[in-house]
Amino acid sequence: MRAALLIAAKDLRQRLRDWSVLVFTLVLPLGLGLVFSLVLGGVTSGDDVFRYAVVNEDGGPVAAVFTDRVLPAAAEGGAITVRTAASRDEALRLVGSGEVTAFFVLPAGFSARVEAGQAAAVEVVGDVDAPLGTGVARSLAGSFTERLTSVRVAVAAALRSGSTRDPAALAAEAAAVPDRLRAVEEPASRRELDATTYYAAGMSVFFLFFTVQFGVTSLLDERRSGTLARLLASPVRPSSVLLGKLITSVVVGTAGTAVLVAATTVLMGARWGHPLGVAVLVLTGVLAATGTVAVVASLARTSEQAGAWQAVVAISLGALGGAFFPVAQVGGPLAAISLVSPHRWFLRGLADLAGGDVLAVLPAAGALTAFALVAFGVAALLGRREVRR
Amino acid sequence: MTTDTPRVLSCRGLRKRFDDVTAVDDVSFTIAAGETYGLLGPNGAGKTTIISMVAGILRSDAGQVLVEGVPVSTRTTEPKGRIGYVPQEPALYPDLTGRENLRFFARLQGLSRDATARRVAHVLDVVGLADRADDRVGHYSGGMRQRLHLGVGLLHEPALLVLDEPTAGVDPQSRNAIVDDIRDLARGGLAILYTTHYMEEAERLCDRVGVIDAGRLVAEGTRRELVALLAEKDRISLSVDGDLARAEEAAKRIPSVLGAAARGNDLDLLVHDARQCLPGVLSTLAEEDVHVRAVEVDEPDLETVFLHLTGRALRG
Repeated sequence: MRAALLIAAKDLRQRLRDWSVLVFTLVLPLGLGLVFSLVLGGVTSGDDVFRYAVVNEDGGPVAAVFTDRVLPAAAEGGAITVRTAASRDEALRLVGSGEVTAFFVLPAGFSARVEAGQAAAVEVVGDVDAPLGTGVARSLAGSFTERLTSVRVAVAAALRSGSTRDPAALAAEAAAVPDRLRAVEEPASRRELDATTYYAAGMSVFFLFFTVQFGVTSLLDERRSGTLARLLASPVRPSSVLLGKLITSVVVGTAGTAVLVAATTVLMGARWGHPLGVAVLVLTGVLAATGTVAVVASLARTSEQAGAWQAVVAISLGALGGAFFPVAQVGGPLAAISLVSPHRWFLRGLADLAGGDVLAVLPAAGALTAFALVAFGVAALLGRREVRR
Repeated sequence: MTTDTPRVLSCRGLRKRFDDVTAVDDVSFTIAAGETYGLLGPNGAGKTTIISMVAGILRSDAGQVLVEGVPVSTRTTEPKGRIGYVPQEPALYPDLTGRENLRFFARLQGLSRDATARRVAHVLDVVGLADRADDRVGHYSGGMRQRLHLGVGLLHEPALLVLDEPTAGVDPQSRNAIVDDIRDLARGGLAILYTTHYMEEAERLCDRVGVIDAGRLVAEGTRRELVALLAEKDRISLSVDGDLARAEEAAKRIPSVLGAAARGNDLDLLVHDARQCLPGVLSTLAEEDVHVRAVEVDEPDLETVFLHLTGRALRG
């Protein structure tokens, strides 16, 4: 163990003098996380990236639900800002001048049609240069009209079955029925990370797979420079050399991620969750990343080859695991396949932590530990052969 | 070296194959304390493979390496502390300073902090780098790196110093300095295993030489013993002033002179051992009032020995 620590201390001293470590550990993850957060994170970050106007040509009670309850509720959550426009022309002018991203139109007769059980639509007109904001507006309008559709169907069904009651009263009654599906979804929505945190974490775990390379791949550098022969000619076991390299990777990865957690919290407003839970996830994530790159390094002949292969593995696992976009939300086979990526478990662990207590990270931490154990086992078998060759 | 001098290194029947190539084939030799043993052979002869097995970084297929009677292998750790290994290329960390490099390797050898500080300071003095100790090795010249590289092998005061072509790619001035350092170390009682394909170095440094060809130790002995294998004689050419015929007759009377022939103003002598008999020749000629202006000695060298034993030049 003493020899392993000496080797790790030497490696760390070398890494501290190597600016590329700083770039991969801090500069790139912070920069890219910030960019992703700015581009995609406005929805939940509370800024006014998505600014909307609403034109209420109807003035009826159902339209009022949208203008007075749905939109203010969304704005209160910090996702959007909403202003009222007197007419379509004014709203178009606002879009044209860039003051709003899109606008909603509640056409005349909207409420009456809903109350009569007839088809009704909320129109959305968006800036052609702001597809994301327009898409969010469509989603807002869509979720409202879906709810109205269920009410409309209920009213229509009642009238067809011979009910003589007032359609408006029927609509009010249908709308009052509790939505069981929504009751199920609520806990899930609480377990989602906000965009800033998601991309800060995504970039952190993505670049973690690069930063831990500096320890493991240095074994190949030592072979090339001849220092590995000198290490092995010293009274130390080959396993101590391997352990020293792994310790270096774990220390660099853990320190780098810890700094990123702090920096993204302060600079970007990321909310990582309970420190203990985050620490458990970071440590197990670092171990999984170190094990994965150790396997790749064990198969490579040179550090350049290892670097290239590790980049491919890091990018593939990162994309699959949702470091760039939330793959899990796509659902289907891709979401299932993404579970083979440590990135996916790291992000899932953080989401679980956001929705629960510290213990909620245990399944993800367990999966990451399993990744690490399997990878270390394979790397140890290959690596011992490598240092003894 | 006497037969009573304790053996520091014993290699017995070493064999190593890489796939279908036999790199080392049944090589045995010993080195005593204070002895410098040279492995002489061309590139690819198997010198580095032998060195790697001696240093315990390469597993042999057969045979045994003993350092002070303790077996060395890739699995052993304790006997490696008795070996100072200096690989062919400067195995140093360029982004660390000279002192940091030495300190790291000293600690890896198990030296305490105090002992490390003491030995690092001593080695820096020995290799002449005390004034550049806190510069990064990346800023050192090739010769300075090579000297530091050699110094790493001395940190833990080993019983056996293993040097794999330590002067390869080094400028002549640094090469001379390194060779002088090694000679001083041998005088201090260190057993040295030295590989080179520079014949002059082997002749200058080594008490005994093992000639390696295609993984086999084809001959072993002192330079004189190896040259004797050729059954060739040394030649001494003397440029003289005076009675040349008288000088020739006088020379022929010297027992160690096998033949003498006058040629112009020169006198050519055929002898067994030019270095040994030259003083006697010069004093005899002086007694005959023959003034010697210049002496040229032509003796078979290890290059000739290698050519004779293997049919190939040492540096092809």
